[in-house]
Amino acid sequence: MSAADTGRRTSRTGYLLLLPGLLWLVVFFLVPTIQLAATSLYDPSGSLDSGYAMTWSFSNYWDALSTFRAPFLRSLLYAAVATVLALVLAYPLAYAIAFKAGRWKNLMLVLVIAPFFTSFLVRTLAWKSILSDNGFVATTLQVLHILGPGGRLLATSVAVVTGLTYNFLPFMVLPLYASLEKIDLRLIEASSDLYADALTSFRKVTLPLSMPGLVAGTLLTFIPAAGDYINAELLGTPRQYMIGNVIDNLFLVQLDYPAAAACSVVLMAAIVVMVLVYVRRAGTEELV
Amino acid sequence: MSRVGRWVTEHAVMAVAMLVLVYMFLPIFYVVLMSFNDQGRLAYEFQGFTLANWEDPCGPSGMCGAVVKSLQIGFLATLGATLLGTLVAFALVRHRFRGRAATSLLIFLPMATPEVVMGSSLLALFTSVGLSGSLGFWSILVAHIMFCLSFVVVTVKARLAGLDSAMEQAAMDLYANEWQTFWRITFPLVFPGIMAAALLSFSLSFDDFIVTNFNHGNTVTFPMYVWGAAQRGIPPQVNVVGTVMFILALALVLGGSLLQRRRPA
Repeated sequence: MSAADTGRRTSRTGYLLLLPGLLWLVVFFLVPTIQLAATSLYDPSGSLDSGYAMTWSFSNYWDALSTFRAPFLRSLLYAAVATVLALVLAYPLAYAIAFKAGRWKNLMLVLVIAPFFTSFLVRTLAWKSILSDNGFVATTLQVLHILGPGGRLLATSVAVVTGLTYNFLPFMVLPLYASLEKIDLRLIEASSDLYADALTSFRKVTLPLSMPGLVAGTLLTFIPAAGDYINAELLGTPRQYMIGNVIDNLFLVQLDYPAAAACSVVLMAAIVVMVLVYVRRAGTEELV
Repeated sequence: MSRVGRWVTEHAVMAVAMLVLVYMFLPIFYVVLMSFNDQGRLAYEFQGFTLANWEDPCGPSGMCGAVVKSLQIGFLATLGATLLGTLVAFALVRHRFRGRAATSLLIFLPMATPEVVMGSSLLALFTSVGLSGSLGFWSILVAHIMFCLSFVVVTVKARLAGLDSAMEQAAMDLYANEWQTFWRITFPLVFPGIMAAALLSFSLSFDDFIVTNFNHGNTVTFPMYVWGAAQRGIPPQVNVVGTVMFILALALVLGGSLLQRRRPA
């Protein structure tokens, strides 16, 4: 029995409270996920009409990885770049809210989540207007010769990564803020009393103490970004398609379930590896 | 160096933070701007100011119907997920049971699974039991309750774990039975957490595209409508809906925090 268990009661009530919620997750999340893993090993020559045979076709994975290597790598690359950009943008913002905002703290927090208040798709389409060929961003960059004449922002990797960074930025800001907020200011004072300059204090005290938020924020940004296909579809072209676009197309257009399932499992596996690394650091009780 | 460093952290950090906020609000500004767009051929460029879109918000056929569908699904999914999730949160914090680690993992996993994987596996399940022909309102609802549940558990659990049990013990000392203690003390104290979880569920459900896209059958929610329209260029009324949503949600949150501030401590 752990210390956290003291004061908890053992009774049938606990199981009764858990039952409906967990049952829902088992039936509509766990079972389908396991079934998806099974589907990825079905005989690829079957079809939805004729039915699939379980042939343990591990070659589905090989086929999926070789056919869709480009979108796979692109997903990981775009998600990684977006995560790094989000971190660079989110850290000063979270830091300012935690330490500099004073009485404006709550207002700034509301402003961070406010973009969530309107639809994800509508906001992403707004980027289509912002980055459009005659929009102020593209024309300004052309005047500054950063973008060549006739150069575009829309329908490029830049647009897709901009959209991904934007859409998942609050997921980075909030956990960072939560862990920065918890830091005992006396520790930072102590380090400056000991003649550490601001940069050293930050590097040796603030940054290490904000690591839990940094790790959580990185996961919360990277995971949805790697699986996203809305940004690639709306702001990019098929040349920017990510693995989400491939899975969507295989499932809904091509109706090739084994290949689609194999792609999903590979995506899932990449993410589970990341999560396990995190669980090692923090433990599951910390996550939920 | 120290003084320079301090000045930089005093002011530059705030300046950068403001710029980041501007970046976050740029699309919102565009949504509002484009809701007044006198739209011609180019759907994504501002061409002139008009009030016509606001005067005729339901102009594009099917759009307002889709908004209503999303509201209905959002309401029911919130109800379901908040109820189931709150019960789980109580069990996690207040009860001892076997399989705690597995339970935590099962609750965490849906939050770590990409939506495209959740949506597609659910579709494969429905297909395998022969329901692919009858997908629609109910299957969207089932899926939304599923992915909102974990977020409710996490939110309510955080509130519940932060509660001081001294209040409940005091009530019991004053001869309140368990039932009275729960409804008079525990529930009112946890209620803000439940409300926060409900708001989160509603916005997750109302806004969901990816999972819905796999399981919607012929039912069109607002995000599904926008997705379909985006191929041809969205009607400006979509931005009217976006603006109204934004203003309503902002008013709700600011109003809520004002109310809380007024309440005596």
